[in-house]
Amino acid sequence: MNPDLTQRDFAPTAPYLVGREKVREFARAVQATSPLHHDVPAATTAGYRDLVAPPTFPIVIAEATLQQLLAEPDAGIDFSRVVHGDQRFSYSRPIVAGDELTATLRVASIKTLGGNSMVTSETAMVDADGEHVVTSISTLVVRGDDS
Amino acid sequence: MTLAETLNLEVGQVVAERSFTLSRDSLVRYAGASGDFNPIHYREDVAASVGLPGVLAHGMLTMGVAVQPVVDWLDGRGWVSDYQVRFTRPVVVDPTEGAEITVTATVGVIDEAGARLDLAAVYNDQTVLGKAQVRISAH
Repeated sequence: MNPDLTQRDFAPTAPYLVGREKVREFARAVQATSPLHHDVPAATTAGYRDLVAPPTFPIVIAEATLQQLLAEPDAGIDFSRVVHGDQRFSYSRPIVAGDELTATLRVASIKTLGGNSMVTSETAMVDADGEHVVTSISTLVVRGDDS
Repeated sequence: MTLAETLNLEVGQVVAERSFTLSRDSLVRYAGASGDFNPIHYREDVAASVGLPGVLAHGMLTMGVAVQPVVDWLDGRGWVSDYQVRFTRPVVVDPTEGAEITVTATVGVIDEAGARLDLAAVYNDQTVLGKAQVRISAH
């Protein structure tokens, strides 16, 4: 792994428009049955502008920044050796359908332990007004040649 | 009133418990919804070729379903403002039986901002998520 990745500036992704049907589709996939994810009147009655995305929904958007990381020609990340180590979502507010989110990647740390590398990336997502909505923090474990 | 007072929470209290079955169909559905098409989540041969005991559930699918008992219990009275897990063991999904995961959510910490719930996600008598913590906050 290239330790210089932590110094690198990554371009913000193109804005991701959170669609109502995408929220419903993702909610079904994670067996999320709350009406807040499916029923617009239920969501608006509860004070939301539109359907609320399930807590792990930002991973759909973080996928674009993961591709940015893997596409760095000198990153030295072999995807077939990558295992997801941990994941965190830290919110300022829930995501709702209609949000237009722009994601910016930062490589927070790269550590080497016993032949494996651990790369921790933070993807901060802001809305159309530039206000922070959520940060997705992922640690990927890249297995060494011997393991 | 704080959220913990509103919800009448005590440290150590179990607020939600539920079992989920993940089938191969669940994995295909999650692949489509999430965009994660890594073939170890739907192809036996590819999983075997990289030394895995079988087709695995996406870690993010396990993380996604594990928080649902909390969301349903909250029922809009608060919201999930932070959620983290470590993926400690793979979940092998049998083609006919699927994989059953049982989730228990226990109150870990109560503070001014809300509360931290600790999740135990168990599959085949072993936990599959570590440091699985859900922070709930008032609106």
